[in-house]
Amino acid sequence: MGKIREFDFEYFIGPAHPGVTGNMSYHIWAEGDTILKIEPNLGYLHRGFEKLVEQRHWIKNFPLILRICVPEPDVNEVLLAMAVEELNEIDVPERAQYIRIIVLELARLAAYLFYFGGVAGAIGLYTIPQWTIGDRDYILDLFEELTGGRVYHIYQTIGGVRRDTPEGFEERVLKVLDYLEERLKDYDKLFFEHPLFLKRTKGIGIVDKDTALRFSVTGPNLRAAGVNYDVRKQEPYLIYDRFDFDVPDIYRDGDVYSRAMQRRLEFAESIRIIRQAIDKMPGGAVNIKIRNPFEYRVRAGSTYVKLESSKGEYGFYVVSDGGVLPYRLHVRGPSFSHGLQLVRHIAEGTNIADISMILFSLDVCPPDAER
Amino acid sequence: MQKGRCVMGMNLKFFDALKFLVRKPHTVRVPYEKKEPAKRYRGIHVNDWEKCIGCGNCAKICTCQAIEMVEIPTLTPKMGATNLRPQVDYGRCSFCGQCVDVCPTGSLKLSTEYEIISSDINDFKFIPNLNRDSGPGTGWESDIESSLLDFKRVEMPERDPKERKKDFDWVLKGFSEEEAVFEAVRCLGCALCVQGCPTGMYIPEYINAIFNKDYEKSVEWMFINNPLPEVCGTICTHRCEDACVYHNRGQAVQIRYLKGFAAGKVDDYEKVVGISKKKADKKVALIGAGPASLSCAFYLRREGVDAVIYEAQKVAGGMLKLGIPRYRLPDSILSKEIDFIKKQGVEIKFGIRVGVDVTFEQLLKMYDAVFIGTGYHVGSRMGIPGDEGEGVFDAATLLRDVNLGKEVKIGKKVLVIGGGDVAMDATRTALRLGAEEVILSYRRRYVDMPASDEEKHEAEAEGVKFMTQTLPVEIVRDKNGRITKVKYVETEMVHEEGARRPKPVPKMDNVMEWEIDTVIMAIGQKPDWSFLPDEWKNKIKFDRRMNHIIVNDDMMTDVEGVFAGGDIVNPRADAISAIADGRKAALGIIKYLEIRK
Repeated sequence: MGKIREFDFEYFIGPAHPGVTGNMSYHIWAEGDTILKIEPNLGYLHRGFEKLVEQRHWIKNFPLILRICVPEPDVNEVLLAMAVEELNEIDVPERAQYIRIIVLELARLAAYLFYFGGVAGAIGLYTIPQWTIGDRDYILDLFEELTGGRVYHIYQTIGGVRRDTPEGFEERVLKVLDYLEERLKDYDKLFFEHPLFLKRTKGIGIVDKDTALRFSVTGPNLRAAGVNYDVRKQEPYLIYDRFDFDVPDIYRDGDVYSRAMQRRLEFAESIRIIRQAIDKMPGGAVNIKIRNPFEYRVRAGSTYVKLESSKGEYGFYVVSDGGVLPYRLHVRGPSFSHGLQLVRHIAEGTNIADISMILFSLDVCPPDAER
Repeated sequence: MQKGRCVMGMNLKFFDALKFLVRKPHTVRVPYEKKEPAKRYRGIHVNDWEKCIGCGNCAKICTCQAIEMVEIPTLTPKMGATNLRPQVDYGRCSFCGQCVDVCPTGSLKLSTEYEIISSDINDFKFIPNLNRDSGPGTGWESDIESSLLDFKRVEMPERDPKERKKDFDWVLKGFSEEEAVFEAVRCLGCALCVQGCPTGMYIPEYINAIFNKDYEKSVEWMFINNPLPEVCGTICTHRCEDACVYHNRGQAVQIRYLKGFAAGKVDDYEKVVGISKKKADKKVALIGAGPASLSCAFYLRREGVDAVIYEAQKVAGGMLKLGIPRYRLPDSILSKEIDFIKKQGVEIKFGIRVGVDVTFEQLLKMYDAVFIGTGYHVGSRMGIPGDEGEGVFDAATLLRDVNLGKEVKIGKKVLVIGGGDVAMDATRTALRLGAEEVILSYRRRYVDMPASDEEKHEAEAEGVKFMTQTLPVEIVRDKNGRITKVKYVETEMVHEEGARRPKPVPKMDNVMEWEIDTVIMAIGQKPDWSFLPDEWKNKIKFDRRMNHIIVNDDMMTDVEGVFAGGDIVNPRADAISAIADGRKAALGIIKYLEIRK
């Protein structure tokens, strides 16, 4: 766009704004209602995770590292466990693998519910956030029952999960899934097929295929742009290759609408995965004994582990020098590419009224860009 | 088409919307209802002070540094515990529950209570106790299965009981390096075990060195207060393991055998510990070459004091050599360590019995100080009819004769009387001497036996028949004087008020018999004070029964310059206590000699 002139408006969105997920802000210059330039501002949330990790024993990092992401903390735990298991060549018990899948997919459902509420709220459909956040509580209840924590679960450990499922947990999961499936119909009626939603979101904030690839966008944002890439399918981690599920490839326009609908369809797929996992889940142990948490060592070496989070490809690069502390841990969060760089590109020229919706539709989680 | 969909989705249908009218909201309830937490909810800490041992592992694992160990002066800690208790700062706590999962005793738990409402910041920092407990089965509880700790030890490999009872070779096979390191990793480094060790060995330090495969460093730590590490690593009574935090809910770390393993890995102690070149121009006589004297002499030599041990037998080691059978402590281990003590410049005069070959007073004149470490060598007899004569042994004499290589003839059906470690040694030695059937008679219950569990199990595995709550009353002999039978009665445990443990009362009305041809009595041993002239028996202060000498903190008796240690001082009567006494006496002697200077 053109040069910023003295009399153009300057706005700050965030750090406390419903359109921004978490503590970050965007600095906007606008000419009338049209955005000329947008600059993301980080630094509100820097907790130095990557450095803190280096000062703690491997096992002590589980309660710490998951704090990177509030809506979906489990991916961090699972990644750390995966990295250690890969370096130490640990065979994780089967049952633990299945429990991990259930936890990850439940977390994805919870994150998507958060997302639906966010996008709808940014448009002005305030009933939807009330519903989705309320329904998310059913999932949090399941988490509470399984892990003892509602938001931060701290449930994964090296070689499995910390406790076995409580009695009757599987049935209650299925019950919640039934409920959510039923609920999806209501969401469709009130949200996904709502004329206001269609009108406001179609053709807005377009990320086309080339741009998405150029900015290394991953996850549902990339799939909504027409690139059918999902780590669960392309490079299956854990035991995802044992499940029958589809990666929806219907919406390819890359606009806000496609991104929301992509997630809507994936929501149903996740429910499918959980049902299969519960169906197939074997009995047996859920963890291995690490014998001494203070002397637990990880073989020298480095590894990059990644998984498909609700926001995109989430990866940890872990380096161990063979000691009781990690030598280095680098977090590759999905939000860095689409939250900082891509926004600058796509938001220019859009209407100021659409900006919070665009930001929310990209599902930016600031702390994973700012570890 | 598009338009049609729009119109269709414009609103919920009337009946769709109606269902929300009667639905109870899931999240916020008005009026306020406290949410019922899940059973496994991680809330506020609860700590059972009775079970808590104050080891501090919860504070060590806390990633938020929210837990601090606070001293509670009103608590008197038992063995293997401290009077520290965790204090939690809820401004930091992240309720992860790792403190619970690492708690060795299971005292700590997170209850389902989650509300602390206060305007005072100090209310958010407190020492948890049972006040907020939400009851068993609720909250994040510690259990052995999901604990971060492994309560199972690596078992020491042993020879097959059927094979090993045929000879006097060592029953243990010893750890492989892999096993030792795998076991050493369990040590949490909380050092409560040190409380259990009479000599206070640096246990976490040497186990950590073993984990790092640095055996020389490990031996260096051991020699600070124990000059017989491999011996102790084989036959010690391992009080440290009873004080180990794992012992509360599972199997303690194999502290004893790890020590033996590391010491066995170092062939030449001289390279690690060195030979002291100090000279003090003082000399000390030590009576008896048992662990107390050896330990005392070693630490005296380390400070340059000349140490001369007078030993009545032709061999050194005292009870280690004469009392403990070779299948438990091979000669190679004992001689390796005694040789190293001798290398330090300790002189041992063999075959000289104090009181016969040299008098006690002569020693006092010749030396700057005297240490008495004569031990308990005289076996006791029951005094029942028929216990004088052929076929009846006392365990101490029998074991001594076997260990000295003398020929000992026993029969095929052996009765051992007693329930201590010596009794176990006697039963197993009898098996190795060719006995076909060995019966152990003990007047109390199995659980009351003072013998260590592993000795009991090993004896049972080798086929010893345990007859508890029995009391022999008469040894029957034939006209040639040979033993044919032993008459016995059963006993009943009667709990008397104020008594420490129930008392066995014989049921005299029903006398039964065993067919027996040899009886070994292992009912305790006594000291031999014959080396002391009568006037000295009055000078030195004894306890009421003349069983133990009374000493001060420096192990000095009432007579200046006369020190004592080992079984004759210490009722615990084991090798490690004797070693501890010897070391303490050495430090006491050094102190005494310097004072006199």
